[in-house]
Amino acid sequence: MSETTTRRLRKSAHLVATGPRRLRVGLLILTSLLGVCSLGPWWTADPSAILDPRVAALLPPGSSRIVVERRDGSTLAAESVRHEGDVVVAIRGGVAERLEAGEITAIRETSYWLGTDTLGRDVLARLLHGGRVSLAVGALALFVALFVGVAVGMAAGLAGRTIDGVLMRLVDALLAVPMLFLLILLAALFRPSVFTLVAVLGFSSWMGVARLVRGQVLSLKSRDFVLGARAIGAGPLRIAVIHLLPNVTTPLAQDAALRLGDLILIEAALSFLGLGVQPPLASWGGMVAQGEELVMGGWWVSLFPGACIAATVVAAALIADGLGDLARAQRHP
Amino acid sequence: MARWALRRAAAGGVLLWLVATLTFALVSLAPGDVASRLSDARISPAVRERWRHDFGLDRPLASRYASWLGSALSGDLGSSWTHHRPVTAVLAESIPNTALLASLGLLLEIAGGVAFALAQLRRPHGTADRFITVVTLTAYALPTFLVALGLLYVFSYSLHWLPSSHLLSPAGELATGWAKTRDLLAHLVLPVLTVGIAGMGAVARYLRGSLLDERTQGYVVAARARGCSETRALLTHALPNAMLPLITMIGLSLPFLVSGSLVIEVVFSWPGMGQAMYAAALARDVPLLMGGTLVATLAVVVGNALADLAYAAVDPRVRV
Repeated sequence: MSETTTRRLRKSAHLVATGPRRLRVGLLILTSLLGVCSLGPWWTADPSAILDPRVAALLPPGSSRIVVERRDGSTLAAESVRHEGDVVVAIRGGVAERLEAGEITAIRETSYWLGTDTLGRDVLARLLHGGRVSLAVGALALFVALFVGVAVGMAAGLAGRTIDGVLMRLVDALLAVPMLFLLILLAALFRPSVFTLVAVLGFSSWMGVARLVRGQVLSLKSRDFVLGARAIGAGPLRIAVIHLLPNVTTPLAQDAALRLGDLILIEAALSFLGLGVQPPLASWGGMVAQGEELVMGGWWVSLFPGACIAATVVAAALIADGLGDLARAQRHP
Repeated sequence: MARWALRRAAAGGVLLWLVATLTFALVSLAPGDVASRLSDARISPAVRERWRHDFGLDRPLASRYASWLGSALSGDLGSSWTHHRPVTAVLAESIPNTALLASLGLLLEIAGGVAFALAQLRRPHGTADRFITVVTLTAYALPTFLVALGLLYVFSYSLHWLPSSHLLSPAGELATGWAKTRDLLAHLVLPVLTVGIAGMGAVARYLRGSLLDERTQGYVVAARARGCSETRALLTHALPNAMLPLITMIGLSLPFLVSGSLVIEVVFSWPGMGQAMYAAALARDVPLLMGGTLVATLAVVVGNALADLAYAAVDPRVRV
């Protein structure tokens, strides 16, 4: 790591530590969600493991069930077990079943901290795995949107008035399209997969980025440092990447934070409608939809993933607000 | 004024053409054409070939594009594959329901947002302000479908106060006059609340920021100096100016209002355009999807033009 990079990192860390509280809280929520979702799946149960709907379906949070492992590798779920000499009696769905003790290799208890769904799957395990998918789709789509948006914005700002006019009219036009309608048209035409979802979400949300970058470029491009770079023979690509890009990072980061929240919400809405991430892969939006049938009793299946989506969006909004405060404080110290 | 209208109409026309071309390109580029998509393995190639002919898929791309544009221009959006009726007829039935839901929701969203922002501004950075900030941030961050499901769970399934879905109950369908209106209103409450809660947070957050800026402006200070009460200074002096950018914001958020009501309509089985589009997406009813996207874009174009007109009407500095 070069010395300037270290110095920059140290400076950013100092800004975060001494800066607005909203920024710290937002970053804390987002990093803990990211951390729990990326590390959590290592120690939770298999999210698609279907224990036995008869025994483990729709358990409220905090319940537990007994799992009996048998010599042939199969498992058996029960509400309770008791030993009667050589025989183990398992109560399954209210019915007593007798098992040979010799056949059994292990008896353990599984706890469902956040309950189970109608198929008897662990909500916590699905929440963590689904979080991986939802956050990854959001982040990758954000990356696509930033890449396309910065490229188009730079091109519009630096190239002549004709290209600028054409690109900006295109941006205006695409901003006026009700995107969800276009997205469900796409979902109907192409089989939804994580890859198409990232591409579609990314390519439908770069317009705001382009508009922002273009505005910044227009106000920066006649400044002395750009004119100086041009005078010593720097090409447009070099000016865009080396001279302009570092100067748009602050508003860009603020916009990116808000956009991440929006993308997570759109992905959730699509998956909720069954047109996004497809089962058996879990995603937060899809998990809420699954709970829709259970709204009579199993509120926990919908509530926890929904709360995770909301927490992510809150964190994104706090980070954006905090970055705004930071920029204002730097302008008027 | 006439020049402005002409320019807006031209820009809107170009946008509609872009969307028409985009949807056509997407449908044509999708792997496998529609006839092979609709059919399963049991259907003979001869039948499939006839379908390709019936749908016009055996014609060259350019001629299909030209005829799609031509008929769309004359108001013919083709025939829905699932409803077996013209797309325009299906949309004409559902659009009024969406318009009713979206406009009432928008009113609630603005009223709620203004009320929250004013309550916060009574004592900025006080306890109430902080509490409401948390409330509006949560409202902004909650996914609409979770709000919808939560309202359903509490008011419909648990308390049995309000109906859970559809425009009218079977009894209301037969009723006339006041009984029918009351049934419709009962069905409207939860979907409208959902639209309102979903948008309220953003409006309140925005308005709080602009009111905070506005209340230190010279004209508000002058109003206070003349002996205006704080409430009066806020309500009659600061608020109208703080609301101005809100008109633009609402105009810009129209696409989200139109799309956002899709999820709400699906959850509440509200027979609107979003619900029709969703059913069409599940059934791969391509003409209905293409036509619906085009009509929704048209609605947004008209809505944006109206927002600009409204802005010009309330702000004399702006001329159209």
